[in-house]
Amino acid sequence: MNFCGLISKNSRSPVAVLPTRDRLAGLTGFVYFLISGLIAVSFASNPVLAKEAEPMASDAQVEARLVHIAEELRCLVCQNESLSSSRADLAEDLRAQVREQIVKGRTDQEIKDYLVERYGDFVLYRPAVKPMTWALWFGPFVCLLIGLGVLLFAINKRNKKIQSLQPATHATVVGAESNTNLTAPSQLSETAHPEHKE
Amino acid sequence: MKKFLIPLALFVVLVLFLAAGLKRDPHEIPSPLINRAAPEFSLQTLSGKSTFSPSDYKGRVWLLNVWATWCVSCREEHPVLVAFAKQIAVPIVGLSYKEIQPQDDPEKKLSPDAQLSLARSRGAVWLERHGNPYSLSVMDLDGRVGIDYGVYGVPETYIIDKEGVIRYKQIGPVTPQLLTNTLLPIIRGLENS
Repeated sequence: MNFCGLISKNSRSPVAVLPTRDRLAGLTGFVYFLISGLIAVSFASNPVLAKEAEPMASDAQVEARLVHIAEELRCLVCQNESLSSSRADLAEDLRAQVREQIVKGRTDQEIKDYLVERYGDFVLYRPAVKPMTWALWFGPFVCLLIGLGVLLFAINKRNKKIQSLQPATHATVVGAESNTNLTAPSQLSETAHPEHKE
Repeated sequence: MKKFLIPLALFVVLVLFLAAGLKRDPHEIPSPLINRAAPEFSLQTLSGKSTFSPSDYKGRVWLLNVWATWCVSCREEHPVLVAFAKQIAVPIVGLSYKEIQPQDDPEKKLSPDAQLSLARSRGAVWLERHGNPYSLSVMDLDGRVGIDYGVYGVPETYIIDKEGVIRYKQIGPVTPQLLTNTLLPIIRGLENS
């Protein structure tokens, strides 16, 4: 079974052989010979590498719709790939299914529902908004609001503290600054500001 | 000290969430078919002498096990199923899933009939060599039934109840522990209901 096409890609890629170049850095002539050889080999093996998903239908409109739908769907074998880009066998089968249903005249929503019925919401890159997915959709905004609330609360508290301590704080800061300046002016670097030392 | 209590609590919650996430297998996607009727199909058996439909087993608890001779994990699982079949009267139906892979026929020269007979002989040889736990096995050459059942990784095992409703789905090989701790209690529960 072709597992995401990873094995075949790595074993045949010319990139995998490139480190040899570093090891032979001194032997320039030999390196050039080697590189030209590698290029020749990689060109020769390219037809083998270029195994793309072959379109079954010649109808360009169907293919365009297939890509449009499949980009929104997740491949179940290679979970970080969309159904349109995955080379897994199952993805190919599912693309064939989607193609078949497009030809039958089903709507995009009907086709997506067909896949959700079998594989669950997981196949959708954009899950439906429903009680089950509320945390997913609104959670980040809720977290943002909580964060803003905490921030405002902290700033407010700090402002009040500063106001109540203002005369005293002012005096200590001035004292600390003049103190460090006196003792070690040469040690002041970009990273160590006197205010931060406190 | 009190100042750190809230961040510490938040940190502990975060760690617990991440720890729980580590234990989950991202490849196990919960099936939407649980507690829904098993999709109907009618497929030829491996021998080719008859056809089978899930409705044939109405009134019985049965297992559907998706397998293939090219599936490496199936080899690991197979002895467990063979032992299990001897131990319990519940029928196990094998679904021979996409036996002919694209690399078996790279130039797409095989006719559907040739594919079918190749798949049949391969399946039969495999079952003879490794033992046959199935009461019968059906052929899903193009994987259409597999898609209806939401199969995305072989082996997969479904428990189907007397009403023909899917009650459990196991993704990946059945192990002896899983059998005694999870599958058997479910099967017993369904048989007694």
